[in-house]
Amino acid sequence: MDLSPRTFRITRADLVRYAGASGDFNPIHWSDRFATKVGLPGVIAHGMFTMALVGRAVTDWAGSPDAVVEYGVRFTRPVVVPDDDEGTEIEVSATVRGEPEDGLTRLDLTATCQGEKVLAQARAVIRTPA
Amino acid sequence: MSLDPSFVGRSYPPTEPYQVGREKIREFATAIGAVDPVYHDPEAARALGHGDVVAPPTYPFTITMAANRQIVDDPDLGVDYSRVVHGDQRFRYTRPVVAGDELVCVNTIEEIVNRGGHGFMTTRTEVNTSAGEPVVTVWTKLVVRGEG
Repeated sequence: MDLSPRTFRITRADLVRYAGASGDFNPIHWSDRFATKVGLPGVIAHGMFTMALVGRAVTDWAGSPDAVVEYGVRFTRPVVVPDDDEGTEIEVSATVRGEPEDGLTRLDLTATCQGEKVLAQARAVIRTPA
Repeated sequence: MSLDPSFVGRSYPPTEPYQVGREKIREFATAIGAVDPVYHDPEAARALGHGDVVAPPTYPFTITMAANRQIVDDPDLGVDYSRVVHGDQRFRYTRPVVAGDELVCVNTIEEIVNRGGHGFMTTRTEVNTSAGEPVVTVWTKLVVRGEG
């Protein structure tokens, strides 16, 4: 299985689009004024947006979008998204845990932003690609 | 804030059926940059054995987040939603959500822990079709931050 690491860029425009598509309009994901008022360094990405991007890597690695059997993460650190054209990036990688069993492969997932892990206990179980 | 542990095990009535639309799946897939045709093209989805376009793995959260309001808005539990942070998220799939599904959520409070002035609540949402076919089980851990 090719587990080449993936990089995803996240800009403010992505957060606006995700807010609309997901129905999560919490202002910490679009208003610096609100985000700083509640003690954040600035606007942060939806945890579920980060999880969705990592999920894209997982489905790519699995070779099929319907090959994911289980997928879970813990959100440990906010992904701060500056208000500029570059935004920020998350880097996503995976290692296989143990031996494939009953046609299933377990992946340990890592997602980092600015060199810091943003998820813990990030794991997926996928159908072992043919 | 502290949460009443006697709520552990409480289940809520099934939610109103949610109609999964093809355009909603396309919109969600586009928003996360997922370009695989199986998310956008019914023919590509049918080639994989699905009845219509397939939703990306985290899509069910858009349904369960709304369904979970049953719990966070339960006046007896008294969650201050302005202090809620998303802690953990997990999905276990029987099959992917596809366009045309009519889905019903049943919420259960699975765990409540109070620690360090914060409340930690894990909810489990069984997402089934309205005909009772299981689709996905969704666990969400919410952290209700303490004052100050």
